[in-house]
Amino acid sequence: MSEFLQQYGGEIAQLTMEHLWLTFAAMLFATAIAVPVGVALTRKPGWAKPVIGVANVLQTIPSLAMFGFLLPLPWLGERAARVANTYAGIRGIDPTLIDVAQAMGLTDAQRFFKVELPLAAPFILAGLRTATVTCVGIATIAAAVGAGGLGELIFRGVASVDNELVLAGAIPAALLALACDGGLGLVERWARVPGPGTAA
Amino acid sequence: MVSGLVFLGSRRNFRVFAADIFVTRGTFVPTLDLVSAAIEFRNVCFRRERGRRLLDDISFAVEEGTTTAVLGRSGSGKTTLLRTVNRMIEPNSGEVLLEGENVRSRDLIALRRGVGYVIQETGLFPHMTVERNVGLVLEAEDHERRERELRSQDLLNAVGLEARTFGPRYPFQLSGGQRQRVGLARALAAEPPVLLMDEPFGALDPLTRGEMQDMLRELMARLKKTVLLVTHDLDEALYLGDRIVLLHEGKMVADLAPEEFLRSREPEIESYVRAFHRGEESAAPNAVGGKRA
Repeated sequence: MSEFLQQYGGEIAQLTMEHLWLTFAAMLFATAIAVPVGVALTRKPGWAKPVIGVANVLQTIPSLAMFGFLLPLPWLGERAARVANTYAGIRGIDPTLIDVAQAMGLTDAQRFFKVELPLAAPFILAGLRTATVTCVGIATIAAAVGAGGLGELIFRGVASVDNELVLAGAIPAALLALACDGGLGLVERWARVPGPGTAA
Repeated sequence: MVSGLVFLGSRRNFRVFAADIFVTRGTFVPTLDLVSAAIEFRNVCFRRERGRRLLDDISFAVEEGTTTAVLGRSGSGKTTLLRTVNRMIEPNSGEVLLEGENVRSRDLIALRRGVGYVIQETGLFPHMTVERNVGLVLEAEDHERRERELRSQDLLNAVGLEARTFGPRYPFQLSGGQRQRVGLARALAAEPPVLLMDEPFGALDPLTRGEMQDMLRELMARLKKTVLLVTHDLDEALYLGDRIVLLHEGKMVADLAPEEFLRSREPEIESYVRAFHRGEESAAPNAVGGKRA
């Protein structure tokens, strides 16, 4: 075991960092598209159904197939979930609050940043959390098209029928997923709207 | 010549002219209702697309520094009327004047910031502390943090909430009455001359409601705000209103002082009063005298 770690430890660490970066880049990309789209849909609710519908269809395309087209595309699926989440988060805000924000004379931007976004944040972050965890898993497939990450060890292990090597990729990936889940869980808690049953 | 100028200009201009005339000639005193109406509705009509008329030719004025209670049953158009003042609803025809100026000619954001708005559910933002809720309009106007805090604290104290205790709390930690007080404090934050109140005490128990009504009466007498108060509660209208406007199916049935309202023989007014005081024999005539004493 220690021998194995000695041999592969450095590589595992490096690939883990690579994996993290892959996930982070994908999530950043997905968020940068999904959240604004979700917000835009709340302004034009008529578009919500078709857009979320298309996003859901994209989500059903197998990740592996998507890798064939373009590297970042596999995370389109995650994006779909985030669009729906952001949309639902903002639409779910008590209409009275939106009404009051308008009647108080908040500008559209103020209403968005001071009221809508903070109130929808827990929903958006919950979506982000689920998507990130899934993404850590899916990112292992990225190795198939030479993007690196922990998938590389897994693929190598599969090819050489070396279970240790498969585990060397799989275990850190699983731990990474748990760590992301935990970390984002904390962020989510921090963003929670104070209410009965929460520590204010 | 002078009168020509007067009627060509807007109401706001009229004031200036009237004042000038008064100073230069010392004889012309403008009639009170022309000069001092803080809110005026002129033939206001509103209907939703393909819907029935929610407001049907409403015209009345609210004098500066007074409270007008808009009374009526659910669906009579009270809230709709109130919301034409801060342009949350735009009438199909007619005009709403605020301090003599058509609200449509005002900048929308500035108009709304300059009009206090209190609603039944208070609409406090759950993710903000009480103090931040109160100071939100000032925050929107980029006032300094310290100034906002001080103003919030003053206002909380003014509505009977100890600022140091309640300022840092969140809305969910307050009772219904306390929330309503915060809602009122928030509406007062930008020092608006006009307050719109939509069933502000509707969700409260009778005792708390009574306390709130006392507090509001005392505060309004002190601050000299012009208040348009929507309510379905006759006693509240009698107690708080200097005038009572009764709406019935979008039409204005009455615009009377409380005493006149109770004495009126208008069938709609009578039936409203009767429905409210069912079971209390001859309670109605005492309602004004008794409570106002």
